[in-house]
Amino acid sequence: MFKWLHRFGSAPFVYRLSGALAPWVGSACAVLLGVGLYLGLLVAPADYEQGESYRIIYVHVPAAILSMFVYMVMAISSAVFLIWRMKLADAVAQAAAPIGASFTFLALVTGSLWGKPMWGTWWIWDGRLTSELLLLFLYLGYIALRAAIEQPQSAARAAAVLAIVGVVNIPIIHYSVEWWSTLHQPATITKLKPSIHESMAVPLRFMIFGFLFLFGYVLLIRLRTGILQREARASWVAQLPEISRLTQSMEFQRAQLKTAQTETKHG
Amino acid sequence: MAEFFNMGGYAAYVWPSFGITLLVLCANVWFAKNQLKRVTRETAKRSAMTRAKKQSRTK
Repeated sequence: MFKWLHRFGSAPFVYRLSGALAPWVGSACAVLLGVGLYLGLLVAPADYEQGESYRIIYVHVPAAILSMFVYMVMAISSAVFLIWRMKLADAVAQAAAPIGASFTFLALVTGSLWGKPMWGTWWIWDGRLTSELLLLFLYLGYIALRAAIEQPQSAARAAAVLAIVGVVNIPIIHYSVEWWSTLHQPATITKLKPSIHESMAVPLRFMIFGFLFLFGYVLLIRLRTGILQREARASWVAQLPEISRLTQSMEFQRAQLKTAQTETKHG
Repeated sequence: MAEFFNMGGYAAYVWPSFGITLLVLCANVWFAKNQLKRVTRETAKRSAMTRAKKQSRTK
């Protein structure tokens, strides 16, 4: 069992595994989003209060849920990295950050586009919107901190600490609509008895899982990039077919260039 | 059809929401793929260079 688990600490294994998984996760994501968009835009009925404008829920809620979920992935990976000094966990956290930032941005923009017709304003400084904006700054701060510190080891450690400290913001986002008065509607689906009809909830579930699989897909690709960057000097990397093929073609080009040069010299 | 695109008068809010979402999701995939391609090339270049150096040393 532990031997089996141990393989997830091995960079070559995770690099190959993510390469093998990525196309499947990507295809599943395309199907889920396709079905979700079709059901959400064409099949689900209009809302009795909000009319057709409520359809923004199908992009707003998945983006908002994932913005918090990705942050938890980033923070837990950071904790694993700090406690067990597992470099791969740091690679996961680093790969997750830009994806989470983009989801947070989407949640804010689509929320704004929903707020204007329903509340009459693009923005209010209430608990929910302010804490979600803080989440965006946490992601951007994490990315900027990594870029600002030159030594990769200390950059990784400092960023991990920031990610863990920022976790306090997650329950604040979730409970903000209950704690403080706001224009934002309370939770609809993340409670024991969801207050949404099945015809509207099914497309939403497709969209949420579609976003989740997109996160997985992009995370796998980014994780492979991160592993290559960290292990660039390792012999297993040089032996990878995709690397050695490129290396050989580069050497071949250089050899051709050399013979061409000597020919022009002698000719 | 026109009714669908009109979104009950909320077209100006609904379609930009879906548009920017699609854009951001596609950009996520595109940038990640592009970066992986670039880093793969850079890694191969580095490994070609170290191999060339090793060969010139043994000569």
